[in-house]
Amino acid sequence: MYQYSALDQQLVDERVEQFRDQTQRFLAGELSEEAFRPLRLMNGLYIQTHAPMLRVAIPYGLLASDQLRKLAHIARTYDRSFAHLTTRQNIQYNWLKLEDVPDVLEELSRVEMHAIQTSGNCIRNTTADHLAGVVADELDDPRPYCEIIRQWSTLHPEFSFLPRKFKIAVSGSAHDRAATQVHDIGIYLVNNPDQGIGFRILVGGGLGRTPVIGKVIRDFLPRHQLLSYLEAILRIYNQQGRRDNKYKARIKILVNALGIDTFRDLVEEEWLHLKDSGIDLGEAEIEAMRQFFQPFEYIADTGEGEQALARSCQDSPAFRIWYERNTQEHKAGAYRIVNVSVKAPGIAPGDLTDAQMDGVAALADNFSFGQVRVTHEQNLVLADVRKVDLHAVWKGLVALDLSTPNIGTLTDLICCPGLDYCSLANASSIPIAKQIGDRFDDLDYLYDLGDIKIKISGCMNACGHHHVGHIGILGVDKKGEEWYQITLGGSAEEDASLGKIIGPAVAKDQVAETIAKVLDVYIAVRQEEETFLQCVRRLGIAPFKEAAYA
Amino acid sequence: MRNRIFQGATAVEDQWQLVEEDSTTSAEVHLLYHYADWIENRATYLAQPGAKGVLLSNTDDVASLMPDLERLALICIDFPEAVDGRGYSQARLLRDRLGYSGELRAVGEVLVDQLFLMRRCGFDAYALPDKNVECISKYLDPFTVKYQ
Repeated sequence: MYQYSALDQQLVDERVEQFRDQTQRFLAGELSEEAFRPLRLMNGLYIQTHAPMLRVAIPYGLLASDQLRKLAHIARTYDRSFAHLTTRQNIQYNWLKLEDVPDVLEELSRVEMHAIQTSGNCIRNTTADHLAGVVADELDDPRPYCEIIRQWSTLHPEFSFLPRKFKIAVSGSAHDRAATQVHDIGIYLVNNPDQGIGFRILVGGGLGRTPVIGKVIRDFLPRHQLLSYLEAILRIYNQQGRRDNKYKARIKILVNALGIDTFRDLVEEEWLHLKDSGIDLGEAEIEAMRQFFQPFEYIADTGEGEQALARSCQDSPAFRIWYERNTQEHKAGAYRIVNVSVKAPGIAPGDLTDAQMDGVAALADNFSFGQVRVTHEQNLVLADVRKVDLHAVWKGLVALDLSTPNIGTLTDLICCPGLDYCSLANASSIPIAKQIGDRFDDLDYLYDLGDIKIKISGCMNACGHHHVGHIGILGVDKKGEEWYQITLGGSAEEDASLGKIIGPAVAKDQVAETIAKVLDVYIAVRQEEETFLQCVRRLGIAPFKEAAYA
Repeated sequence: MRNRIFQGATAVEDQWQLVEEDSTTSAEVHLLYHYADWIENRATYLAQPGAKGVLLSNTDDVASLMPDLERLALICIDFPEAVDGRGYSQARLLRDRLGYSGELRAVGEVLVDQLFLMRRCGFDAYALPDKNVECISKYLDPFTVKYQ
């Protein structure tokens, strides 16, 4: 993985000192709340319902074990011994003291971490496929390009006060696991027969109040021209994006208002000035970055792993179920990818205790080259586990309560913090996740339903990505009561689509029951091998709607 | 009384006067024109002696100043709110694309914590509304390294 250079470390150290000074001036009354607000936001610090919330960046979701241990230490020392994985592959603390935050940032800086631009109207953490580098269908590893974007966007002098937040995702596989099409800029790695590896660039996707699928602005961009092209897009957006209404300030609104063709013309004209102006990296620099993300030296497949697996599966049905549901094929034959479910029953989705973080760090050290990934679906991944070690990893995860065999099922849902923590929320999310977990606790039933993605947001800001859930749930406030609007048929993958609302919002205690009625329809009408999403797409929402309100 | 501004880190008295419709001007000061006024009357103003400057709002088109840039000693860019970042792009366009080399001054909601970004976009002078700020050098350069 990427290792900080002296420059990277210096920048993060100086950022800590800058923020320490800003915090001290605020606490001393020299900086007003209004003046401090954008400064703290640009360092991931929100004032939330209970206490300041600090969001720490995990660039493209990749963590070394010592970084995870540091996150555990911070949870234990400065917070209430837990932290929360976000839908941008980041992690956040909910119970810090403002005066401790500079010290927390200093602790992070010692393990090459920071909270820069995890909030605010600037370029946020660039996300990527959480299985980058380990799947067979990958054209090229997206992470070197994410790191290039991270560096370019960090403290960018021109783009630190954009009209609104700005999110970029990069995917290098045919199967899109990075929700690329619902980002302000979505980047797909593509291969051009004449020009080699480059990018297809989408712009103007996003969720929130006005969900939009991104549109192609450029079919092929040579990889060495990435930064100048991004700079051109950002400059047009910075100058022309709306600032009069924060709900109309995202780039998607600008792109829709101008039309993609006009927007493209503006960007391309701007790019003519920028593309040879020294912003871009040379091939040597790109190659040097790629060297940080080379595959590990995998042991050849001797068949030993399959034999061990067969024995373990025979001896332990619980292991077998976990193996089949929570692990998946690795590009190297002797290995499997282990999905660590952070969706145990009764626990807020994505919440990790300090002991769990330490435990996973130890498993990573012993069995997965000392690395852990965070997924945008709020789970962890041990990406490079030898098949012979899977049983030991499973036992370790069982002891940590991280072995719930529900990856990809209905209860592996995405959920924002909602009213329990977030000052923006209109309704709670975590209790809905719990209600669904309680209602659908029969694993055989879940497996029979197959892959279903539920996504829950506690308000229109859509941090829980409800628009792109196969089943989306949006909390709304109706005269002081929490109600929930249900959508069907969304997807954040390569076949991206926005869900359709099935009808009036349902009462809080009726959410799981309504979903059960929808699923009954699916079970009754599905064709052979047809997934829930395919079924909704084939039939439309009418039969589901009818059953839900019967 | 003249306003104090910073040129780089140095506090100086502002030698410029903004020309309004009803202003009386003296020969002792340089004249700063609103962008619209300048565009409309540029020929007249250029024919007059003395240094000239233009005050831009952050929606004004900097490229339209191109023919005059060598004759302008000052361009001010207004920041109506600290969080409105359009002025940063205008500054970069003036410096990097149009080659403007006179004084480029940030005016309006100019806060100390944004000076390092402004400086890097090409500003070299700052009119801070907070008159209690005596020294800005540490805010101009809190980072010894940069990515861009």
